[in-house]
Amino acid sequence: MEVFSLLVNGFFIAFEPLNLSLVIAGVVVGLFIGAMPGLGSVNGVAILLPMTFLVPPTSAVIFLAAIYYGAMYGGAISSIMLGIPGASTAVATTFDGRPLALKGMADKALVAAATASFVGGTISVVLFTLFALPMAEVALAFGPPETFALMVLAFSTFIGLGGDDIAKTLFSIFIGLVFSAVGLDIISGEPRLIFGGLTGFYHGINFLVLAIGIYGIGEMLWTIEVSRGDVLMSKATVSFRRIINCLKELRSSAKTMVLSSLLGYFVGILPAAGATPGSLMAYGVAKTMAKNPETFGKGNVDGVVAPEAANNAASTGSMLPMLTLGIPGSPTTAILLGGMVIWGLEPGPLVFVDHPDFVWGLIASLYVANVFALLINIGFIPAFIWVLKMPFTILAPIIFVLCVIGGYVPTQDMHDVWLMLIFGVVGYMMRKLDYPMAPAVLAIVLGPLAEPALRQSLIGSHGDVMIFFERPISGSIMAIAIILFALPLVKLVKARWKRAT
Amino acid sequence: MKRLATSLMLGLGAALILALGVTTGPRDAAAQGWEPKKPVEFVIMAGKGGGADRLSRFIQGIIEKHGFASKPFVPVNKGGGSGAEALVYLKQHKGDPHVIMATLNSYYLTPLRQPDLGIDISKFTPITRMAEDTFQLWVHADSDIKTVDDYVKAVKKAGAANWKMGGTGTGIEDSLVTAMLEKKFGIKVTYIPYKGGGTVAKELIGKHIDSTVNNPSEQAGFWEAGKSRPLASFTPKGKLSGRFGEIPTFEELGYGTDMVYYMQRSFIAPEGIDKDVQAFYVGVFEKVYKSDEWQDYMKKKGMVPGWLTGTALTEYFVAELEAHRKLLQDAGEIQ
Amino acid sequence: MALVMAVFSLYLMWKSAELPIGWIPGKGPGGGAFPFWLSLGMLACCVAIILRWIARASPPSRSTEPFMTPETFKWFLLVAGSLTAMIALIHVIGVYGAVPLFLIFYVRFLGRHSWTTAGALAICTPVATFFFFEIALKKTLPKGFTEPLFYPLYDIFL
Repeated sequence: MEVFSLLVNGFFIAFEPLNLSLVIAGVVVGLFIGAMPGLGSVNGVAILLPMTFLVPPTSAVIFLAAIYYGAMYGGAISSIMLGIPGASTAVATTFDGRPLALKGMADKALVAAATASFVGGTISVVLFTLFALPMAEVALAFGPPETFALMVLAFSTFIGLGGDDIAKTLFSIFIGLVFSAVGLDIISGEPRLIFGGLTGFYHGINFLVLAIGIYGIGEMLWTIEVSRGDVLMSKATVSFRRIINCLKELRSSAKTMVLSSLLGYFVGILPAAGATPGSLMAYGVAKTMAKNPETFGKGNVDGVVAPEAANNAASTGSMLPMLTLGIPGSPTTAILLGGMVIWGLEPGPLVFVDHPDFVWGLIASLYVANVFALLINIGFIPAFIWVLKMPFTILAPIIFVLCVIGGYVPTQDMHDVWLMLIFGVVGYMMRKLDYPMAPAVLAIVLGPLAEPALRQSLIGSHGDVMIFFERPISGSIMAIAIILFALPLVKLVKARWKRAT
Repeated sequence: MKRLATSLMLGLGAALILALGVTTGPRDAAAQGWEPKKPVEFVIMAGKGGGADRLSRFIQGIIEKHGFASKPFVPVNKGGGSGAEALVYLKQHKGDPHVIMATLNSYYLTPLRQPDLGIDISKFTPITRMAEDTFQLWVHADSDIKTVDDYVKAVKKAGAANWKMGGTGTGIEDSLVTAMLEKKFGIKVTYIPYKGGGTVAKELIGKHIDSTVNNPSEQAGFWEAGKSRPLASFTPKGKLSGRFGEIPTFEELGYGTDMVYYMQRSFIAPEGIDKDVQAFYVGVFEKVYKSDEWQDYMKKKGMVPGWLTGTALTEYFVAELEAHRKLLQDAGEIQ
Repeated sequence: MALVMAVFSLYLMWKSAELPIGWIPGKGPGGGAFPFWLSLGMLACCVAIILRWIARASPPSRSTEPFMTPETFKWFLLVAGSLTAMIALIHVIGVYGAVPLFLIFYVRFLGRHSWTTAGALAICTPVATFFFFEIALKKTLPKGFTEPLFYPLYDIFL
């Protein structure tokens, strides 16, 4: 097999002392950047890009890929520990990770997240190794109608995420979608919803501003109310034996891990989709398929496993269109792509032929980065737990400061910090009134993907909605989505029927 | 004990501030020419991952790699409202020597389309124009269309409803070039706006659209792999060299000299900065311009070299602004 | 709350209607269509929520607990107020002035920890922030009028 000899060759490259140490350094740096609220893999890769001019291109891409990986692992850490998603890819991890931490099982959640990330990462790298080129064709087959269908599918998988009050859940989705429309409308080229003419609204409402506002500031206010200002955040303990036990218990989640990895990888390949929809869909699917769906959102380990396996698988997947087509599948890969151009490599269909050492060195280093990310992550768990043991009146102000800085850094605009404060306070009050907030956060992530796809499709079809059903791929995705939408209704009707008879 | 700790800390703080104050003084006086005192904000008037962003980060990379400046240039994307956000930001930072901006054609188009922003681009301080990016007309390699003639015939036969042209946004470069094509050949197409040039290129290769007016850098990889085909170049005769020079221009094909459109790649600073500050930035970019990396990049990406500074650059901006006003009026985008 | 949000959704609808909300021939749905119909959806949800409130069908409408006890309200005001003050101060004295003040206020007066703890946090956090964000990540944070004080630090570390 040609692939294997190339891969073995790649491993030789990945194990060169320079490359190996870069992998380790990258994973550690990425882990910390990812663990900071507000900073994700995009920031990590963008910031460290110029530093890679000191080493050869292959080593440079290995370093950046290791940061990317480390940050994907790290994103779970702030989701679990603080309840603040560090990046959009880790939103779904808060749903169950946070309740687990509050129950004193932060270590279990962290081990589950790390292991799931490892499984997701490894499965996707294996798939990447075997099917890189044919899969690129799949990515090309996805035009606007297919992308829109996929977004509908993503919405359908988490329709059950909200509380029991359907009106409030829908309200939350709608407001998230409206906020996602703020800024420039790319189709008409007109600015829209520029409240008060403030220039800060021209760049739209950044997902992070809403997420940090609601999950950071809102959540802190909530905790302060519940705790009356001063309690320990959780009674977390950690020991080597506990970690081993956690690992053993994870065996029951194996099915979720594998399934989520496959799903995440596939969604990740599609340009424009990326890791966030992948992780949300995995969460929705895991909940739908579980024997005890009511425990999701209250601290089910599978609820951590599914999104983490999927988002790591997707992050590997999104490198595929970048390498083979020169199309970034996520903002992070867009920056990596920029890096490749600077190093003098032309990403695109020919890169596998022209630069085999580069491509296979990168792929092999992904295997290596996964192993190190797992080990380093588990090694740091005691340190993370130690942070949780600090008195809340010390932890809270530090988290507030991190939120403020984290809200400022991505756009470097104080406007966003004020907006974040408003979202935090309003979100806190709405939460007191049982409005579910997660759907709003998800909607603001998916809105900018869904709306242009819908409108591009309709322009192309001259207003004919059938375009979503006629094309084979989008048609079948739509069919699945409709079934998923209908499922809760069918269940409801059935339950009523039973009660009636 | 507590009181001691407090006063100790206060004292330390005061000493620190004093020490800092003292060290700032003489350094300023001793400096020859102007040097940045803190990291320079390198505003990009476009979002992450697009052509302008990649180019700016490439230049930042060259500056960093060769140590052309004593303080780092830190890229900040302010692409909101087609760069409206960036323009307003620059206007607010009047006289700030630590802000520069990478511009593209939205530098003209945004003030024209959004006059209430109150932006007068002739007031900003020009630094330099590094190059002009070019446009070509592209179709999928599997199509039977080999020449511009074939293209016009095919579009006419398909009709406006069935011919999809992809581009980036409405009322900006790609749509203006499309409008030029429509006017010249008396054809009509369905124009579908996408987010970035890379996506447009991919949509063409995936056969979701029928033609594009991509920049060379966006299609080069696919062209090399035999997936797409350029029909003609929107440049004057003989401006492009290398592989892109082999593409016929509209002028060479006998369609006149008016089928020309460029994407400028320039750098500017806020208004009211000192002459020596301007000179510093021009110096940095001159070093970048002369670097092998930049020269090589322009050749590979099908760009026309275009070093231009000072008042000549301002005059160029004003002339282009007027040209774009006319283009937008022709396209019916503004009054 | 639902009433406030209903008004807000009306405002959003009005704001969306600044752009065409209908179908433009050859160009598809107008720029305002998507947010307009969604805001309409928001309004519909608000109406549903208010109706359910009147019917006392939802849990919050049936609870007899006050929305906020005076004690909670005091905490809420203190925390949210100090946070607002910190963000406002960032504009004037910058992150490195506002953050220590906020930390001292919170840790010493709200948390009732010792001056030593408060002081240590107030010094360590900005220093760590400076090295992590400004030096390692090269992200400049707002400094207000304290900006010139940082020039020598940049000279040393960058």
